[in-house]
Amino acid sequence: MAFISSGYNPDKPMEDRITDIGPRHYEEFYPPIIKANKGKWLYHEILEPGVYVHVSETGAEVYTVRVGGARLMTVTHIREICEIADKYCGGYLRFTTRNNIEFLTDSKDKAYALKADLEGRKFAGGSYKFPVGGTGAGITNIVHTQGWVHCHTPATDASGPVKATMDVLFDDFKNMRLPAHLRVSLACCLNMCGAVHCSDIAILGFHRKPPMQDHEYLDKMCEIPLAVAACPTAAIRPAKVEYEGKTYNSVAVKQERCMFCGNCYTMCPSMPLADTDGDGIVLMVGGKVSNRISRPTFSKVVVAFIPNETPRWPTTTATIKKIVDVYAANANKYERLGEWAERIGWERFFEKCELPFTHHLIDDFRDPAYYTWRHTTQFKF
Amino acid sequence: MAKHATPLLDQLESGPWPSFVSDIKQEAASRAKNEKGIDYQIPVDACEDLLGVMELSYVHKRTHWKHGGIVGVFGYGGGVIGRYCDQPEMFPGVAHFHTIRVNQPGGKFYTTEYLRQLCDLWELRGSGLTNMHGSTGDIVFIGTTTPQLEEIFFELTHNLNQDLGGSGSNLRTPSDCIGEARCEYACYDTQALCYALTMEYQDELHRPAFPYKFKFKFDGCPNCCVASIARSDMSFIGVWKDAIKIDQKAVQAYIGGELKPNAGAHAGRDWGKFDIQKEVLDLCPTKCMWMEGGKLVIDDKECNHCMHCINVMPRALRIGDDRGLAILVGAKAPILDGAQMGSLLVPFIKVEDPYDEIKEVIENIWDWWMEEGKNRERLGELIKRQGFQKLLEVTGIDPMPQHVQEPRHNPYIFWKEEEVPGGWQRDIKEFRKYHQR
Repeated sequence: MAFISSGYNPDKPMEDRITDIGPRHYEEFYPPIIKANKGKWLYHEILEPGVYVHVSETGAEVYTVRVGGARLMTVTHIREICEIADKYCGGYLRFTTRNNIEFLTDSKDKAYALKADLEGRKFAGGSYKFPVGGTGAGITNIVHTQGWVHCHTPATDASGPVKATMDVLFDDFKNMRLPAHLRVSLACCLNMCGAVHCSDIAILGFHRKPPMQDHEYLDKMCEIPLAVAACPTAAIRPAKVEYEGKTYNSVAVKQERCMFCGNCYTMCPSMPLADTDGDGIVLMVGGKVSNRISRPTFSKVVVAFIPNETPRWPTTTATIKKIVDVYAANANKYERLGEWAERIGWERFFEKCELPFTHHLIDDFRDPAYYTWRHTTQFKF
Repeated sequence: MAKHATPLLDQLESGPWPSFVSDIKQEAASRAKNEKGIDYQIPVDACEDLLGVMELSYVHKRTHWKHGGIVGVFGYGGGVIGRYCDQPEMFPGVAHFHTIRVNQPGGKFYTTEYLRQLCDLWELRGSGLTNMHGSTGDIVFIGTTTPQLEEIFFELTHNLNQDLGGSGSNLRTPSDCIGEARCEYACYDTQALCYALTMEYQDELHRPAFPYKFKFKFDGCPNCCVASIARSDMSFIGVWKDAIKIDQKAVQAYIGGELKPNAGAHAGRDWGKFDIQKEVLDLCPTKCMWMEGGKLVIDDKECNHCMHCINVMPRALRIGDDRGLAILVGAKAPILDGAQMGSLLVPFIKVEDPYDEIKEVIENIWDWWMEEGKNRERLGELIKRQGFQKLLEVTGIDPMPQHVQEPRHNPYIFWKEEEVPGGWQRDIKEFRKYHQR
């Protein structure tokens, strides 16, 4: 391997330096039909799962084929996507906010030819490369974070549980049988880079053990005041610690006050909290971001802990499948999962989904907890 | 023969959903074969070692990535995230495996020409693995070494006319919904506003000077497809002020069954004949619409723009013409103080280039947050700590009923001295003339 220079000169880093130019302008990447009809769209229709048409006041029609993706993509895979887009879409494509790929074409025939082509492509291991679906009253791609592929704080993997869950929910990716659309999201720790806290179903990685303290290194690796200040429950204080016959400037953790957020670890690498048995998954339910009919709402914790069952997380996926099926069988048309749970009452939700209710599901974190307790005799037996 | 046995990961190759394991394996094979004779600038076996370290995580049920590390490109404080493996001897190909965030184009539209340029760059100087896209919206390049960082930045800026995105305590890469590009609901051009503000605030995006991260997201309508209301410190959501436009013929076509409700989204099962009373009028949260003489009537003044009727009958109902956006502030995920939803600050603002009115709101908020925000305190937490009134004060916005879901429950009102006639200084001697001790 010989080092190839791009032209950058480390002796003169400012020479010809280009900075702060921002992203490429979006108009460079609009397909011509989009450019010509922007702001003129009249209506759209889903022709079948994964295929829809948008009609412009100019009479133009654009057909979109939506494809699920693993989010983690190699350049080989992206080049295959490009080859397809060149063949059917004039060299243009786009991604959705939920990591689907969208191929846009100007004719129905091309869209269906494209669909057939996409569904014929499989990875060597047997899975689809480009499954078509994810529209309307169904389940679209799971947005997720990095997990064990690349992150330093995760309490669970991301790509693995997502693959396992989408395998289980695949029929609802391909179909539109649900009362409303249902969004599943995964964040591999409480930091929630994926912001799953307003999803119909949220898979959340969670630690259950307080941080360890690497006393020998703690003072060298981190600013102790930052680690102390980072704790939202004030469980950490500076302390002189005897460890293996030596005295160190370190920290003490009041363990019963720790709610395992990992914020200290973000500030101080000498306070790791990952653990084989301690870590696992929290399932949350009933959130939404849309303002449609009811207000946007937060997801609620319905399962406080499921262990990390590598490689396929069967308890997690079976619980999710059960919730989806019960919702599908019981909710009214247009009713989101959370709206349904609120209408029937959470006591009934747990009963119908056959989920045990435990003390961990009663909020005890600061003021917001009070607003989640029941302040009425309007309850069900 | 694979470099590492991965019996656990291999189980994620079966099943219909695209397998990231199969994809990484295909990249590993491509690098090993090297048909194009590429002089790879990071270890050729990076993908195989990534599978190896992942497999170890599947055994240990713990991550094997070390905490952070300060790396970046000259003059920037964000855009690159240092990443090192905690088993470098076992997996030397990923011992150094940094992330690069690349600012994605608006609406995430691409040409294949541009994507191929990215692929060529990342194949030569990185692992060949990407995220399309990261949660914040960036194109994410996963896995390169420190000596490659300036080279990648040089090639991005010189040859691809493309900049990095944000990381750390700065403005994170703004992102938008598809907007007017292909959506009939968009109340403003989300791509234009997102691009303009991204360019305006390049300094804030690349040089962390904030207490913590700060996110802008742009939704064209209250359906909120980019979830701005739940995850951005400033959320820009399109709204209209005037009447919903009605095509009465199309209303009849929905009632008659010629048009499919909800744009065909419920085709997966038989929900019976469309019932406008049950499916639209009764579900309207403000009950501002009814049928009169066979025609749909909307009392638009009472509409709260929830989008339901428009979503159900997109060919009969259209957003109004007096369009703009609402600004909500302070949304965040739970770390540190619990999750917060965006709170409405500006109910309506016109969206007109050069967007001076919008920039004024942003800059007033930043001035306050940078002065008063504590280390790692998101805007929403500062608003909670100092109060919504303070936010109104620093932005110069008048209070209005739209700011609250309901007025306060408790009467513990903090009156200011200047709000009370005569102020707070009183003469105790004068008082005692009329009131014995």
